[in-house]
Amino acid sequence: EALYDMIYNFFVFRDRRDRHRSKSRDSSSRGDKSVTIQTPGEPLLDAESTRGDDRDDNWGETTTVVTGTSEHSISNEDLTRVTKDLEESTPLECKRFVGPALGGCLSFFALVTPLAFLILPQVLWRDALEPCGTPCEGLYVSLAFKLLVLLISSWALFLRPPRATLPRFFVFRCLLMVLVFLFVASYWLFYGVRVLEPRERDYRGIVEYAASLVDALLFIQYLALVLLEVRHLQPAFCLKVVRSTDGASKFYNVGHLSIQRAAVWVLDRYYSDFPVYNPALLNLPKSILSKKMTGFKVYSLDENTTNNSTGQSRAMIAAAARRRDNSHNEYYYEEAEMDRRIRKRKARLVVAVEEAFTHIKRLQEEEAASSPKHPREVMDPREAAQAIFAPMARAMQKYLRTTRQQAFHSMESILTHLQFCITHNMTPKAFLERYLTAGPTMQYQQQNGRGRQWTLVSEEPVTSALRQGLVFSLRRLDFSLVVTVTPLPFLRLGEEFIDPKSHKFVMRLQSETSV
Amino acid sequence: MSFVPGQPVTAVVERVEIQKLRQGENLILGFSIGGGIDQDPGQNPFSEDKSDKGIYVTRISPKGPADLAGLKIGDKIMQVNGWDMTMVTHDQARKKLTKKREDVVRLLVTRKSLEEAVKQSKGCYHKP
Repeated sequence: EALYDMIYNFFVFRDRRDRHRSKSRDSSSRGDKSVTIQTPGEPLLDAESTRGDDRDDNWGETTTVVTGTSEHSISNEDLTRVTKDLEESTPLECKRFVGPALGGCLSFFALVTPLAFLILPQVLWRDALEPCGTPCEGLYVSLAFKLLVLLISSWALFLRPPRATLPRFFVFRCLLMVLVFLFVASYWLFYGVRVLEPRERDYRGIVEYAASLVDALLFIQYLALVLLEVRHLQPAFCLKVVRSTDGASKFYNVGHLSIQRAAVWVLDRYYSDFPVYNPALLNLPKSILSKKMTGFKVYSLDENTTNNSTGQSRAMIAAAARRRDNSHNEYYYEEAEMDRRIRKRKARLVVAVEEAFTHIKRLQEEEAASSPKHPREVMDPREAAQAIFAPMARAMQKYLRTTRQQAFHSMESILTHLQFCITHNMTPKAFLERYLTAGPTMQYQQQNGRGRQWTLVSEEPVTSALRQGLVFSLRRLDFSLVVTVTPLPFLRLGEEFIDPKSHKFVMRLQSETSV
Repeated sequence: MSFVPGQPVTAVVERVEIQKLRQGENLILGFSIGGGIDQDPGQNPFSEDKSDKGIYVTRISPKGPADLAGLKIGDKIMQVNGWDMTMVTHDQARKKLTKKREDVVRLLVTRKSLEEAVKQSKGCYHKP
């Protein structure tokens, strides 16, 4: 039994680690079902758990998470940190660049083809070609310009660094690439059969053939423009995005997109609209909730306990609800006290910062030159920031601790921000704006090229289009965003003409006449 | 005393007969009226239902003909000499009351206390 435990844990841990690395591959190979990411410490109830009837639901707590082969034991926090580091430092995936590289090759091939069509006869059987005069030159010029337009528009539209890797193929893009490939391939086929083999002598026909290819490529690019860029611009659906941990929600209007593209769109907006996720702000203090736990225990004295569990728990819940408890009272007073404390600390902070900012002022150019007899110490922004940081440091630290933001702001970051504000002549209020309100997640990001890992969880295949009632969620390690889709209402706009001369008014009367 | 448009109005009324008093050129009755279908019913201090656009007595000159005849302030005038007063404009009501050829006006007026008096008397009657 113990041996089985050990081996099982070994496999489970290794699988978990692999799972983190190959999350994106997993989801594409697993079909339409959801991919779940387990955080360490939770009991695993997946296909590998073959425990069956003697499943002990507490085994996640009593069994060590680390494999039996290692002798270290690490706490849950450490493990979370390790997995976070693992995720942040995944090597730059080459998969990210496969799509654009393929597209680049294909478009290069497509652009070079007309030139090849023109050059090959010249190179191979130049003497046998009929000369063609002015019409050919006209065609050359138009060909050159069309190729230039194709080149520039391809660069503008398609040669952009991709901002997201999607779990499945981007259907429209693949469709277009296949179309272009088939198209160019069929042109080459015809060229090979009709021109290269019989050594066609009519050069003008060849030039016209190349020109028609370029025309068709331009039309395919128009199609690509419409499918990839324009179709989703007109809003058609309203997405409600709710964060699962604290209920922060927003509504967005999007056009016709597939689920995966809509997910990327939502995540773009998430980073700049939603206040940053603060795990320290989530729970009610234990002192309020713990009262509820001390209910009465229900002991069953029957032989068979399996079928009575729901009845028991329901009875307990009903009894607990009937019992008068004042935890809402405590919650109310605790909230009021917390608000008061925050306001007090905020007042102290604002005063300290205002005072600190009065200690320095910007040195004007003329002053420096014209007053050599009062040599004041001239500082650069960094030193100025350090000089005035000291009086406000304590108030700042206390405020951050009260609002539980101390994890987001290190001393270094505060100094950097202070330096930035001083350089740009900002007032104390502008300096404090960053700390008084929780900003969007973008404000706290460190720039690294690795990217953020999100998992799209959906019951429908992720390349299907948005429609009413669809729900999908975007999961990260410790929270998820749940997205609900509703179509925008159809608007029936009527018309009512009001004659400007029809605006007339009378006084309200209440006259009294004596008779 | 509330009415529903289109439905007949039921009210307990009192018959008041006022003799007009000659004062110089004019025949006066000694009270003032307010209300009418062209007036703002919300401003009427005497009506119970603030959408009632009927004609109300707003002031009674003391010792005038109306006072002597028993008209009370706040009464709603239902009829004047047979002419209906529940659906008239203010001016039409004034005209009906100040006809130069008539020296007496017979009014049907209603007030809240009349209804209550009737109810009470009915109630007293029913007690065994």
